[in-house]
Amino acid sequence: MYVRHLQVTDFRSWELADLPLHPGPTVLLGRNGQGKTNLVEALGYAATLSSHRVASDAPLIRRGAQRAVVRTAIVQDGREVTVELEITSGKANRALLNRGAVPRTRDVAGILRTVLFAPEDLALVRGDPGERRSFLDGLLALRAPRFAGIRSDYERVLKQRSALLKTARAAKSNLSTLEVWDGHLAAQGAALLAGRIELSAALAPHVAAAYAGVAPESVPIDIRYRSSLGEQVPESTDVTELEQALLEGIARVRDQELERGVSLIGPHRDDLELLLGEGPAKGYASHGESWSFALALRLGAYELLRGEGSEPVLILDDVFAELDRRRRGKLAEVATAAEQVIVTAAVGEDVPAELDGDRFHVSNGMVTADASA
Amino acid sequence: MYEGPVQDLIDELGALPGVGPKSAQRIAFHLLATDAADINRLITALQQVAKGVRFCEICGNVAADTTCRICGDARRDPLLVCVVEEPKDVLAIERTREFKGRYHVLGGALDPLSGVGPDQLRIKELLGRIGRDEITEVIIATDPNTEGEATATYLVRMLRDFPGLSVTRLASGLPMGGDLEFADELTLGRAFTGRRAV
Ligand SMILES: Nc1ncnc2c1ncn2[C@@H]1O[C@H](COP(=O)(O)OP(=O)(O)OP(=O)(O)O)[C@@H](O)[C@H]1O
Ligand SMILES: [Mg+2]
Ligand SMILES: [Zn+2]
Repeated sequence: MYVRHLQVTDFRSWELADLPLHPGPTVLLGRNGQGKTNLVEALGYAATLSSHRVASDAPLIRRGAQRAVVRTAIVQDGREVTVELEITSGKANRALLNRGAVPRTRDVAGILRTVLFAPEDLALVRGDPGERRSFLDGLLALRAPRFAGIRSDYERVLKQRSALLKTARAAKSNLSTLEVWDGHLAAQGAALLAGRIELSAALAPHVAAAYAGVAPESVPIDIRYRSSLGEQVPESTDVTELEQALLEGIARVRDQELERGVSLIGPHRDDLELLLGEGPAKGYASHGESWSFALALRLGAYELLRGEGSEPVLILDDVFAELDRRRRGKLAEVATAAEQVIVTAAVGEDVPAELDGDRFHVSNGMVTADASA
Repeated sequence: MYEGPVQDLIDELGALPGVGPKSAQRIAFHLLATDAADINRLITALQQVAKGVRFCEICGNVAADTTCRICGDARRDPLLVCVVEEPKDVLAIERTREFKGRYHVLGGALDPLSGVGPDQLRIKELLGRIGRDEITEVIIATDPNTEGEATATYLVRMLRDFPGLSVTRLASGLPMGGDLEFADELTLGRAFTGRRAV
């Protein structure tokens, strides 16, 4: 798939930006702070209905404006669809699909599919397990949209169960319903867990290969799903078996849970372990290694999706400046093979010559096509 | 800001669910232009509610008398009881015309975040009814969302010890994460005919 057109109004620093796009590489060039990332952030938002930089929508609306609009024309298998999103402060967002309103905004999520790598992704390696869980869950939802629902159902059950544990600790009562919540936590948790375990296994070889590509002289890496069940996690990804294992796990920690008032077993306590050579990457990897690892996670995700026949749009925000010549060349190989790749850079020389395609200059609130390209 | 009573009225209306500041203003000025007789009917209605709404002693639905119209209707099958969260769900199901039994309104769903446990719901009353009235089938029609599902599971556990009682749950097809009252009649009707044993 590719994006044929991006238009934003009152999004971030942009009063209006209008970009005709083509398959193949597109490079956005401009000095720091000119709004390059803002443009790719808009594409990411159109795909996932969330920003890769902020948790709330308010900062996405241009200062002084009431609402931001992101319009994309997306071409998949020769068919064009338009997705229009209206982000209004303090009100529900609105979505239009092919100019018609949809019942729920989230109905348009995933029509555009992107894999976005940005400097913020360093947190995938250095940050809390929650960063890596979100990475997995986002990718799960891209592969099978039902996982978005499973995750939000799980989170709701978790909240309710945790509230019950807290009050039970205070009042020593109301425990008659705890088993009910255990059952629902295990059922939703098992579905999520099965998806994550299967995904991690499918993703691992792609991530290792991507890392070897961008950091050929480094030790090999690996990723491994780590469940709060510890050694008790079943070999298979059979949902019924996982559900049973979760129920047993919950029963084992019952007293601890009641004492502390928190849910201790379930996918919300899990992590995607990142291994550099024999040991963990977190706390050991150098800046360059961490950075390459984060990039490898995104590129691995991209290759996985591509291999499954649904090629997303690849977006690389500010990557080339961090890489030496050789690694730039390696990354350019991957990028030129993509159906569509959108790259941002402050300095044109940082972008390998192989990535020739459309070039835009971004400055002073204007996007202009590069005449020299 | 308007002066005095008009602004008071707008503020009161604006505090109602689903009424924003603009609608509150519109309703207020509509009322200002309304006949005194109509206003008095509204006042009486509000006063009656304020004095206390009555709930059916049998099923917990809102009622004009000690029992509701449905519980008093001899044509409705007394052996069949449909359990719902709120009175509005009774209306939604009545619209489908698929159900000929009686209801039991729980008054909500299990919701620890809001401090609602089994004791805050009319579950004891339901168990009493089943033991007393020789009810043969209970249909659980709580909302198809997290809290509704948990409530259904809890009820199933409580009901499975009644010998000969069949317990069913509305068939799926209802959108998950939803509210029963917003399901369209066709979907809700189908869910009724396709209910499954639990
Ligand atoms: N809601 C907003 N309203 C107005 N301006 C905003 C808003 N949000 C961000 N900006 C401005 O956008 C600019 C940053 O844009 P962006 O992050 O796209 O820069 P960039 O071109 O990617 O720069 P760099 O090369 O440093 O990454 C900042 O000047 C910031 O003040
Ligand atoms: Mg940037
Ligand atoms: Zn009644």
